Amino acid sequence: MPVTDRNWLWIAAAFYAAGFILGTASLLRHRQHSRWIMYVIIAAGFLVQTVGLYSRGLAVGGCPLGNTFEIFQFTAWSAITLYLVVGATFRLSLLGYFTSMLSAALTLVSLAIPAWDATRRVGAFGGNAWIEFHAALALFSYGVFGLLALTSIMFLLRNYSLKHKQLSGFFAFLPAISDLDHINLRLLISGFVLLAASLAVGAVYWLQALDTVNVSKLLVTVGVWLAYGAALVLRLNGRLVAKRLAWVCLALFAVALLSLHPVNASRHPLPSAMSAESRT
Amino acid sequence: MSGGPTLFVLGASHHTTPIELREKLALGPDKLSGFYQRLAAVPDLAEVAVLNTCNRVEFYGVARDTAAIERLQAAFCELQALPPEMFNAIRSHATGEAAIQHLIEVSAGLDSQMLGENEIFGQVKDAYADAQHRGKVGPVLNRVFQKAFQAAKGVRSGTAITIGQISVANVAVDLALTIFGQLGKTRVLLLGAGDIGEKTAKAFLSRGACTLTVSSRTLEHAMALASTLDATALPFEHFSHHLHEFDVVVSSTAAPGTIITREVVAAAIRRRPSQPIFLIDLALPRDVDPQVGGLENVFLYNLDDLAAIAQQNLAARTAEVEHARRLIAERTKSLWAHLVARGIDPTAAPPTA
Repeated sequence: MPVTDRNWLWIAAAFYAAGFILGTASLLRHRQHSRWIMYVIIAAGFLVQTVGLYSRGLAVGGCPLGNTFEIFQFTAWSAITLYLVVGATFRLSLLGYFTSMLSAALTLVSLAIPAWDATRRVGAFGGNAWIEFHAALALFSYGVFGLLALTSIMFLLRNYSLKHKQLSGFFAFLPAISDLDHINLRLLISGFVLLAASLAVGAVYWLQALDTVNVSKLLVTVGVWLAYGAALVLRLNGRLVAKRLAWVCLALFAVALLSLHPVNASRHPLPSAMSAESRT
Repeated sequence: MSGGPTLFVLGASHHTTPIELREKLALGPDKLSGFYQRLAAVPDLAEVAVLNTCNRVEFYGVARDTAAIERLQAAFCELQALPPEMFNAIRSHATGEAAIQHLIEVSAGLDSQMLGENEIFGQVKDAYADAQHRGKVGPVLNRVFQKAFQAAKGVRSGTAITIGQISVANVAVDLALTIFGQLGKTRVLLLGAGDIGEKTAKAFLSRGACTLTVSSRTLEHAMALASTLDATALPFEHFSHHLHEFDVVVSSTAAPGTIITREVVAAAIRRRPSQPIFLIDLALPRDVDPQVGGLENVFLYNLDDLAAIAQQNLAARTAEVEHARRLIAERTKSLWAHLVARGIDPTAAPPTA
């Protein structure tokens, strides 16, 4: 039996879930899990997921961003890509655990809802490499915002532990609150710049073919970008810091994630579409 | 098998000996050399190493005849002008497997006054190196010490015996690390020139704090302390205007009421909104208004908070003692079997008082 792209993605989801279970088991035993083991498990999941997304990309003739399932998968993949860079560079304790939790949730939910993958868009971007790049950049920025949501959760937990003098057990493994604040700022800047670049690339295409612009999608995307931009400006001038910034980043990511499905559903009729059954 | 040389440990430690008596037992560098010279004249003492710290004086040795252990004790009492019956009352002694177990427990910090402390490991290593340098250790002690170091390292890394600080000053520094990640850029303000504040400030400096500033109601006191700590002094009436320049504030004044109000800290944090301030209130009555802890990006800990964390850490270490002892017993058994195979007397009993 040939291994389908969904099979690969199930295996990747299993790796991410394994990382989450390993981390949870270690924390329940009040032991810090090996950062290297976590890194290897997540890297293995990333490789398998890359294979799965590549197979899907070959099948749909472009970047696999044509339905909600693919968007969730790509967002998880983007977050993992960033973790593999950020995790190795900043060595933030527990970041791997939280990333594996987010990726397991995104990939498993997307795999568990067949309706999200019932229709696949072939050549969703009409062979236009720029618009495909725009979409990939936009979703990559969502991956950055996903990681920002995770580090925001970690910030809130660390803030709670310091304010309530709860420093043992699970809290003992969290990174320093200043380190989390620094990484939050960097991720906020990175996500904002990536989404700005995505919008800029998209704008070039839209200006050439205004009739193809999906207004609701454009409004939501620009809205998300402006909201993150406002948060960034307020953070830089010291008006939105610490706990309040973390809550805002979490809320914005929830909104961004929840908007993905309706935005995707409101797209124009597809150049060509096929049912999942007909391809697999 | 019996009749071979006896591995032993003899000595006195904080468990049985009050500090006044430990002062009398202590062997300074000159006395230690003299003692080793005396031991050279003790018949049937094949090998010996002296461990001399502020909490213990212990002699690890190999005796061809158990009478040599008594002679060693007599030599020590004579050198220290100590009545033998007094030493008999406080001494602890063990032979064979129990001596090895004791050495590993001491090296791992399991027998220390501050359970799991790190310093003792270096002190045992130094004692061994010193004895080796003097040519006082041979094949048995060489093997015992080297294996004990390996075992102690294994215990320290394989259990939680060294996890978490158990002194108030070090708990404060660990908390600062939890807030700032590193201390290399951390500026510390010490308010008051009291003992506990000074100890905490020293702990910050020893662990890499960037700068220390001392402020006290009496500027002369602040300047005197600042000069001993390589710090700078700040007039007390100015500290609140400069509060935003500091990351950590250690307050231990004898003021009868609050000296750091919510308004003062709120004004400071407004000038550095994205950088936390860590306030450590070591004073009684408290120097810092408790409402300060409710401010965003401000973390306030008082003496009770730090003591509670230290107690929690100590409890966690204590909970690991049995686990550590089991690991040590396994290592001891294996090393003892090796030594018995090489001819050490497995039946020798500790000397009687």
